[in-house]
Amino acid sequence: MDGNTVRASSRLLKSTNKTALHLERRGKMTVMVCAFLIISAALSITIFLTVKGLDAFLENGVSIVDFLSSTNWNPTDHKSPTYGALSFIFGSFLVTILAACLAAPLGIGCAIFMTEIAPSWGKKVLQPVIELLVGVPSVVYGFIGLSVLVPFLRSVVGGQGFSVLAGTLVLAVMILPTVASIAADGLNSLPGGLREGSFALGATRWQTIWRVVLPAAMPTLLTAIVLGMARAFGEALAVQMVIGNVRTLPEALTDPAATLTTIITLNMGHTTFGSTENNVLWSLALILLAMSFFFILFIRYLSSRRKFS
Amino acid sequence: MSVATAQAQIFSVRNLNVWYGSQHALKDIELPIYKNEVTAIIGPSGCGKSTFIKTLNLMIQHVKRVRMSGELLYQERNLLDQGVDLVSLRKQVGMVFQKGNPFGKSIFENVAYGPRIHGMSKKKELEETVERALRDAFLWDEVKDRLHTSALGLSGGQQQRLCIARTIATRPEVLLMDEPTSALDPISTSKIEELAMQLKKDYTIVMVTHNMQQAARVSDRTAFFLMGELIEHDETGKIFSTPNDTRTENYVMGRFG
Repeated sequence: MDGNTVRASSRLLKSTNKTALHLERRGKMTVMVCAFLIISAALSITIFLTVKGLDAFLENGVSIVDFLSSTNWNPTDHKSPTYGALSFIFGSFLVTILAACLAAPLGIGCAIFMTEIAPSWGKKVLQPVIELLVGVPSVVYGFIGLSVLVPFLRSVVGGQGFSVLAGTLVLAVMILPTVASIAADGLNSLPGGLREGSFALGATRWQTIWRVVLPAAMPTLLTAIVLGMARAFGEALAVQMVIGNVRTLPEALTDPAATLTTIITLNMGHTTFGSTENNVLWSLALILLAMSFFFILFIRYLSSRRKFS
Repeated sequence: MSVATAQAQIFSVRNLNVWYGSQHALKDIELPIYKNEVTAIIGPSGCGKSTFIKTLNLMIQHVKRVRMSGELLYQERNLLDQGVDLVSLRKQVGMVFQKGNPFGKSIFENVAYGPRIHGMSKKKELEETVERALRDAFLWDEVKDRLHTSALGLSGGQQQRLCIARTIATRPEVLLMDEPTSALDPISTSKIEELAMQLKKDYTIVMVTHNMQQAARVSDRTAFFLMGELIEHDETGKIFSTPNDTRTENYVMGRFG
């Protein structure tokens, strides 16, 4: 037996080469440390937010029922401060849902155009453009909203221009590329045999899209919408610049309003850490966190139902 | 040639040429396809047999940069002329693909899809059509208790028979099968072959196959393609016993391909 060949029986044994084993272990350690860092960061943020968010109710004696159901927000009143956050919770949900209602059909329509109607042109031109739009910073959307949309709304529909409507439109434009690009990925990843099978039965392109492609892609399309909603729900800056930031419940789309995020960014600077007002802001943040957990769980649930041939 | 000319031709292909871009995929094909027979198309990979079968229902038009010339007569009408109605053509010339491709719907909805898009909407009528198609595809007994469960839960062989049922639910004249058993186990394969032999009573079948034994077992006529050309076509017995061309002989004897 010469030096290069190893007997089969010993090849099957675990390597006893020290350096190889050492490298193996070092690689394993490195990735494990990375994973634990991320996990512990996520865990610490969650724990911190939960503790701080509950402080207002446990330490400062704010009523959780009032917090969730009252629209009376006046934390700076010295005699009897009130902490009703319903207007902001409502505002957040309102702009998110309205923005999703606008962005979902447009984004999915855009994705269908890119993948089914004009695949070559869509892939070459439209998809890169849309991916570019995903990367535009939110402050830019807000700035455009502030300098173009708000004056436009003021002159066309009246009122101040700063309104739920302005916030909705800015958010819809912002999440549109997210919805479109995820939906397009979903449509692209469907097996080609589905469309072929439908065409071969004599279906038209529209029948194929409507009855075969869209139902098969539905879980991904819903994921696209929910991811868009998650982005809209958490967006602070762009909304704050156009929504008007008032403490009352809006009565019309043209009324100004506020959202959870805008109230946090507006007030976090001038409250002292540990004060009741500051703690209530943490409670608002806790709601945001809970909602994003909900969105993520919902997406997980949707993708677990995703199956096609 | 021993081809009986008295028999009705459902397809009559004359001087058919197909190009993908600059690649000449089919060269001067002349091939009659007779009613109520199984015609097998054999040949090595890349010989143009899939291209040929896809021209028969014009599925080839979904391929980019494809060009065709010549005559492709289906019931006396040239399909290469402008203004062919693809919807009614494909209702009459159905196709089953290499890999079973059921939709992510229930078994019932898969079979009802074709009739529905061609305008059938009465529940009773749909139920009867679905049952008849599934019976004709020898699948009814296996699925009758779970018609409304997902078709994706069926085995590979069942999925392929479901696709056949889905195709015959629109009552076509011709059934094109593009290597329908290449992804299946021997038992499922023999079921599909048996099915093809049964179905030729009502339909004309054109079947592309890699499997020479399959062509010999199932088909009445065989056409041998090589590098885009039709080398020879005749009754299956003749092709497999005394072919005219040595290339055909070499191929069916398994000397290349």
